[in-house]
Amino acid sequence: MMSSASQQTNTGIDESVDSKNALLSVSSVGFDYENAAILENVNLSVTKGEFVALVGPSGCGKSTLLNLISGVLSVRTGHIRSGEHVSRTDRIGNVSYMQQKDLLLPWRSVATNSQLGLELRGGSRSESNAQVRKLAESFGLADVLNSMPWQLSGGMRQRVALLRAVLPDNPVLLLDEPFGALDAITRSTLQQWLLNVLDTSNKAVVLVTHDVEEAILLADRVLVMTANPGQIIGEVKIDFGDSSSDAEVTTSPEFMIFKRRILDLLRVQEIAP
Amino acid sequence: MIIRGSFKAALLNWIPAVATTIALIIAWEVLVEVLDVKRWLLPPPSVIGAEIYGSFGFLLRHTQTTLVEILIGFAVSVGLAGLLASGIVWSRTVERTIYPLIITSQTVPIITLAPLLIIWVGTDIMSKVIVIVLFTFFPIVINLVSGLRYVDQEMVDMFRTLGASPWQIFRKLMIPSALPSFFAGLKVAAVVSVIGAVIGEWFGSSAGLGWLMKVAGGQFQTAKVFAAIVLLSILAMALFAAVVAMEKWSLRKYPPTANRVIRLGES
Repeated sequence: MMSSASQQTNTGIDESVDSKNALLSVSSVGFDYENAAILENVNLSVTKGEFVALVGPSGCGKSTLLNLISGVLSVRTGHIRSGEHVSRTDRIGNVSYMQQKDLLLPWRSVATNSQLGLELRGGSRSESNAQVRKLAESFGLADVLNSMPWQLSGGMRQRVALLRAVLPDNPVLLLDEPFGALDAITRSTLQQWLLNVLDTSNKAVVLVTHDVEEAILLADRVLVMTANPGQIIGEVKIDFGDSSSDAEVTTSPEFMIFKRRILDLLRVQEIAP
Repeated sequence: MIIRGSFKAALLNWIPAVATTIALIIAWEVLVEVLDVKRWLLPPPSVIGAEIYGSFGFLLRHTQTTLVEILIGFAVSVGLAGLLASGIVWSRTVERTIYPLIITSQTVPIITLAPLLIIWVGTDIMSKVIVIVLFTFFPIVINLVSGLRYVDQEMVDMFRTLGASPWQIFRKLMIPSALPSFFAGLKVAAVVSVIGAVIGEWFGSSAGLGWLMKVAGGQFQTAKVFAAIVLLSILAMALFAAVVAMEKWSLRKYPPTANRVIRLGES
């Protein structure tokens, strides 16, 4: 099967994507902390149904970028728009954000943890409950809805955290190394599962990871970031056609090519002073 | 079956404490006899026991007076501490205004305030309640503030990304997270509340265990003084146990993030 990979090694990020049509657009965003530049001139736009991964070394500001998009932090320069929400105070609460840690409340059951977002929006308890029940099946949580977080495995806790993040049904979903703390086997199972869960959704998804294979497997586009200050230095489009099954993809020649390109981009920045 | 098992386990837990207490009482009894200490100087436990038994109804009446003062003072203290701690956590201005005053209130020896309170509010229950509040609100406020403040920042951010208002974060995240610290303060307060009651009664009252100790001491009725001390200790322990029971109940309902008891000496 022919792969249609494209690659841009300069800073010119695919500008054919009209940012007006994008669900999420980040334009010339910069951020600094205590006089150190964390992010500089970051541009990014994600359209409906698109899955974008950000890879880069630790400290390149990947998580900071998600904090800026979600509205937890305020940008210093540039603009961020998510749907119609432009200002920080407007975005916060309207962008789904799953942090690296599961952050489940130990005193709440799986069901009441999951519906926290709906509850905070003032939804009725029975309605929130119904929504949790509707999704619990596909999240593999139907049997543990009344369990407490400490009774769950790490993988299950992450799924509860994701369910909590997606239930408010925002158009943009941010994932900050969602499987970073899990063992390799659980991680690969959850990656496959995440692909299936998000397959039918029309969300714009941004995934932050330092796992290149995870990025290739999950994303439509992989953006490579560099540190000091954090910038996006390149993009690799991922397309396996549609004949390969999920399990075969990771060992296919195309996969290796994508991986090679991304690693090359990461290596360039390593050698540069 | 299970209940009996856990009851047995609970008894086993208490054996070291009970055995030590009994050993100390026996040593006291024996030493007083052997060294022939005068009864009015230091009565042996048997005499104190007889005193408690002989004037049980009388002692119980005064215990009740003290207990009522403590319960009212404690309730006022918890309410006041809750308000102050919430204000301190809510706004920096409130913190800057109130915190120094709270600290200052503890640098004034409360014993010296007791006679003033008698002048100002009289010898009825109010003066005792105020002294108890002065003794107990401080540990509750300090612990509650640190409990509310040291909530996980990532948790707060998670709440914010879900669209929580400050009030929702306070109610649904900070209060449940602060419960272990709150109960730590409450346990200290339970014990010092008894001291507060005795001091309050010492300076102006006509009933209560503190008053009883003062009067009996003046008449060299040492056994009666000790009887009052025993009842005060029992009162303090009962209050402490009640707080521990509430703590257990609340931590079952709102388990903290780290709920393992760490004993470095047994690892």
